[in-house]
Amino acid sequence: MGRDNDRWVEDLKAGDESAIADLRDALRRNLRKALSPHPRADESFLEDAVQDSILRIIQRVNQFQGRSRFLTWATSIAIHVAMGELRRKRWQDVSLDDVISDATGSPNFAIDRQATPDAELERKSLRALMERVIEEELTEKQRTALRAELKGMPQAEIARHLGSNRNAMYKLTHDARKKLKAGLEAAGYTATDVATMVTR
Amino acid sequence: MPLSKQEIDDLLRLVGLTERTEINCEQCLALVAEFAEQKLTGKSIHEGLVAVEQHLTVCSECREEYEALRRTLNDKSFAD
Ligand SMILES: [Zn+2]
Repeated sequence: MGRDNDRWVEDLKAGDESAIADLRDALRRNLRKALSPHPRADESFLEDAVQDSILRIIQRVNQFQGRSRFLTWATSIAIHVAMGELRRKRWQDVSLDDVISDATGSPNFAIDRQATPDAELERKSLRALMERVIEEELTEKQRTALRAELKGMPQAEIARHLGSNRNAMYKLTHDARKKLKAGLEAAGYTATDVATMVTR
Repeated sequence: MPLSKQEIDDLLRLVGLTERTEINCEQCLALVAEFAEQKLTGKSIHEGLVAVEQHLTVCSECREEYEALRRTLNDKSFAD
């Protein structure tokens, strides 16, 4: 291979078949490594993901600014395509209602059993404040989206259920987080206070 | 319906990391290859990439994709 960035872009724009074949080989190897922890990413999944990624990369080749190696950029897009598809498959039959009414907590939180009684009391009042700010400051849509996100539902799936798109969804939950942060700050908590209290 | 204790703590952690301006996932994707290569050199990242670092702290999906990219870059056989 040994193409430099300009050569990759030129060849792909020209539809050069050997460049496309080289890109396919490279993405296959890189995706196999990237997705190695995902049991659902078998060889046939990888083949489809590589094919979809090549189309996407060729469509977007004008957006490549040469600020990294071409194959790093192409691999980042392929990973995005493949993981989006893995998430979609995993969540496609799950309804938003089921997710937000699920009473079990999110699994990625490590419970701190070392907390002193004082720290636990402080945390309790911080949680109570947070619940109040969530009720008072957020819209129903923001509460739904945040809750689904905390339950691990992918943003693209939440957007699909709410008739929105992923960028709009990011803005919705970012605005919600900013409102919550302002609410905590108004009560005298800084971001640093919050960080120490929840990680302690 | 109320959030569980765990969800509130997760949310508190997220809120603590929230910035007034953040890039979204699409903007993160456009910059993440450059960010990953910069990180690999061990040098400090330039200003334009600070927003990527922050986005990765609040967005679990982009973080998962970044970690996968790092796995390929760390591999000696990274197809190049
Ligand atoms: Zn993101």
